[in-house]
Amino acid sequence: MAQYEAVIGLEVHVELKTNTKIFCSSSTEFGADPNHHVCPVCLGLPGVLPVVNKKVVEYAIKAGLALNCQIASFSKFDRKNYYYPDLPKNYQISQYDLPIAEHGHLEINVDGADKRIGITRVHMEEDAGKLVHQGTISTTPFSLVDYNRTGVPLIEIVSEPDMASADEAVAYLEKLKAIIQYTGVSDCKMQEGSLRCDANISVRPVGQIELGTKAELKNMNSFKALHKAITYEIERQTELVEDGAKVIQETRTWDEAGGVTLSLRSKEEAHDYRYFPDPDLPPLVIDRKWVDDIAAGLPELPDERRKRFVNAHGLPEYDAAVLTATRELADYYEECVRLFANPKLVSNWVMGDLAKMMNASGREIGDIRISPGKLAKMLQLLDKGTISGKIAKTVFEEMFNTGKDPDKVVEEKGLVQISDTGLIDKVVEEVIAANPKSAEDYRAGKEKAIGFLVGQVMKSTKGKANPGVVNKLLKEKLDQ
Amino acid sequence: MPLYYSTAHQLHDMLVSKEISAEEITRAVFNRIEQVEDRIRAYITLTKDQAISSARSVDKARAAGEELPPLAGIPVAVKDNMCTQGVRTTCASKILYNYIPPYNAAVLERLNEARAVIIGKTNLDEFAMGSSCENSAFFATCNPWDTDRVPGGSSGGSAAAVAVGEAVLALGSDTGGSIRQPASFCGVVGMKPTYGAVSRYGLVAYASSLDQIGPFARDVTDCAWLLNVICGHDPKDSTSAPYDTPDYTSFLKEDIKSMKIGVPREYMGEGIDPAVKEVIRKAINVYSGLGAVVEETTLPHTEYALPAYYLIAPAEASSNLARYDGVRYGYRAENAGDLADMFMQTRSEGFGAEVKRRIMLGTYALSAGYYDAYYNQALKVRTLIKADFDRAFEKFDLLLGPTSPVTAFKRGEKMDDPLQMYMVDICTLAVNLAGIPAISIPAGMADKLPVGLQLMGRPFGEGDILRAAYAFEQNTDHHCKLPE
Ligand SMILES: [Zn+2]
Repeated sequence: MAQYEAVIGLEVHVELKTNTKIFCSSSTEFGADPNHHVCPVCLGLPGVLPVVNKKVVEYAIKAGLALNCQIASFSKFDRKNYYYPDLPKNYQISQYDLPIAEHGHLEINVDGADKRIGITRVHMEEDAGKLVHQGTISTTPFSLVDYNRTGVPLIEIVSEPDMASADEAVAYLEKLKAIIQYTGVSDCKMQEGSLRCDANISVRPVGQIELGTKAELKNMNSFKALHKAITYEIERQTELVEDGAKVIQETRTWDEAGGVTLSLRSKEEAHDYRYFPDPDLPPLVIDRKWVDDIAAGLPELPDERRKRFVNAHGLPEYDAAVLTATRELADYYEECVRLFANPKLVSNWVMGDLAKMMNASGREIGDIRISPGKLAKMLQLLDKGTISGKIAKTVFEEMFNTGKDPDKVVEEKGLVQISDTGLIDKVVEEVIAANPKSAEDYRAGKEKAIGFLVGQVMKSTKGKANPGVVNKLLKEKLDQ
Repeated sequence: MPLYYSTAHQLHDMLVSKEISAEEITRAVFNRIEQVEDRIRAYITLTKDQAISSARSVDKARAAGEELPPLAGIPVAVKDNMCTQGVRTTCASKILYNYIPPYNAAVLERLNEARAVIIGKTNLDEFAMGSSCENSAFFATCNPWDTDRVPGGSSGGSAAAVAVGEAVLALGSDTGGSIRQPASFCGVVGMKPTYGAVSRYGLVAYASSLDQIGPFARDVTDCAWLLNVICGHDPKDSTSAPYDTPDYTSFLKEDIKSMKIGVPREYMGEGIDPAVKEVIRKAINVYSGLGAVVEETTLPHTEYALPAYYLIAPAEASSNLARYDGVRYGYRAENAGDLADMFMQTRSEGFGAEVKRRIMLGTYALSAGYYDAYYNQALKVRTLIKADFDRAFEKFDLLLGPTSPVTAFKRGEKMDDPLQMYMVDICTLAVNLAGIPAISIPAGMADKLPVGLQLMGRPFGEGDILRAAYAFEQNTDHHCKLPE
């Protein structure tokens, strides 16, 4: 029985974060009322002409550089001709044979193994509008068109078919997203459609060189969906091939509810896009110095930053990888470390309690209420012994929910740690008196018994007693 | 001379000396339109009320002592493929019969700024595709010299309007000769400026890399005046040249001594009507007489201009015209089943035969598998044609030849034979492929019909062209002849 392997390539569309559209000065703001951000140019009215937004070219070059691509010195825009009601001109201005960037790569790490994934090309294009149906597309009595999105600048990033599993595809997309976010050219919000992913998947017997027939999976809108869809598709195709059946070249869609991929349309009716150079836009001659300036302005990217976190902060690889997954998180972490110079402790808190609460509340690092300054202040309180580790967790939770200053939380809730020996002394005596059996056990050599007694002291001080002091006093008393 | 037959510069002088008002001029032109429009049919839309009111505002401004631009108060007609805000812009197509643009073409903005009076939108071959003005979806325009004949195309409405006094000046667009050929047929001056000299913003595209807006006028001076208004860089058009436009009237000097003029033998060979050739030979003698050095030369790739043009222009057109689908504006087929059906029926019913022919040609030329054999070859030919001109202009300041191989033909004569119709443009196409400027000026008559003399210049060599055209005009009286 032959073994099969999957061959996966991704095509990722990323919306660029410019203020204005790619060929006109209409706003790109998300969420406006339908058809509010339109002008004759992005509506493709008779007679209008496109003028390229220089910022779009700059951002595309920036993304290309961040993905280790070669930037073209001569590039051009082409027309991709096809009919669709949300495409005002019935052609899309895109780039065909001379994209702005080519021959890049990025590194992924799956199960501890590093792998380089090739990037075929990065090209610029305009987005189309959006059809609004009443109900489903097949039952709607009419469809409305919202052209706000037409002309929003996109880059399409096409990978080599270098991935072999759903895990690798997800790792690639996560890394790609991180890199693009680091450059600041897009916010890559999958839920708002500013990052969209299509996957080309085929399977072949291990050892075979030529590729199997591929299916194209359209518009996966989350990492989870991407993973599930690819896993399903590999299985589906493998079964087909094993049964001696043929995989049909087609476009498929991921049906989240059914947990299956479904056929959208067969490639046999595929379009002939009749690409040709857009005669309204002169070719782009890219100045080398401009590219150098953009390269010089590139921020530190995730891989470099991860390495620096390991080297400069002494973090474990794992921590460094988690903390550098997004620029915001890495920035947050570094600011905390700047204010409280214990990198590993900060890492524990950020990756531990903070991550947990963010997950639970669905908040992103950008909209949490604990500023790095507040977290650092809390860690200082902990460090000075003002609060115990246990109390710190309570304080932190309160800070997360209310955004209050740690001092304020400690004061309001009366959470200051008790280190006063006199006070603790009294409680220790009471606890020993109330638990003679445990005291007996300890004296008989059962070291563990002291843990219970410490717990009792903490309990009766509502966790405020300094555990170190409690331990010390208990031992002194029992050893007497 | 009746008012409606005066030139813009004559009218300007009368306006400045307060001999006459802009409103009187405008009314005179509209009276003329009333007289002859039934016969000529130059206009798709007239904007009389707007015209009168803008003429009045010019008069008011002048009375208030305001300094006004030279074309203030001069009636101008505009080809109906340039967008006019609030005034329907049909491209003489059923598919845009009810389309009212929400914005003005750049040239309209410039005309408004110059306080010219826009009198209406002129007829054309549908989407500027044609050489006779018979391909209009609405009606055919007639040649004022012989109403059984065509005025030329595609800007036939504008040419006829100027020739017959229904407008003092007009704008046309020239993709393969669409200004020069009708100017030639109607006995007026028509110029295609250098590609990029006039903004195409708001010109409904036929073939983007070839289209260029240009002036129609009764003499070369008026042509220079109108050029002064419409030429200039426009940031809204990426193909607009970042070029400091000169004052075109500054080239109007008679002296053309030792100017070097080449006559490409390809423009005087077989296929050119002998009577037309005779008129051009006389024109050459005029130039020699004025001290210009006229020599025969060659543009060896001229014969490939026609096939190259009929691949490139339809290819671009097939894409440019894709937006007319019935979804957003214009004509929409009724009772279509689904979306695809609606697209197809709308376009089948909305476009005329010539437009469909070119869309199909272009679609074919661009389709996978044929792209290299046709479109790409055509681009290579285009490069060779450009190189021909570059070589010629190393030696010559100007090239000279007939504008059209024939004079105005009878209506219906070539309608059934598109290839024969395409041949009418053989003298003008190469100029568009090369992007250079060229003018057609009245050079005499053949069989009682006007013959146009074409002068072609270097890129942005409009000045040389105007100087030579002006010299010819000052030493002949062909431009003074009027249709009966
Ligand atoms: Zn816009």
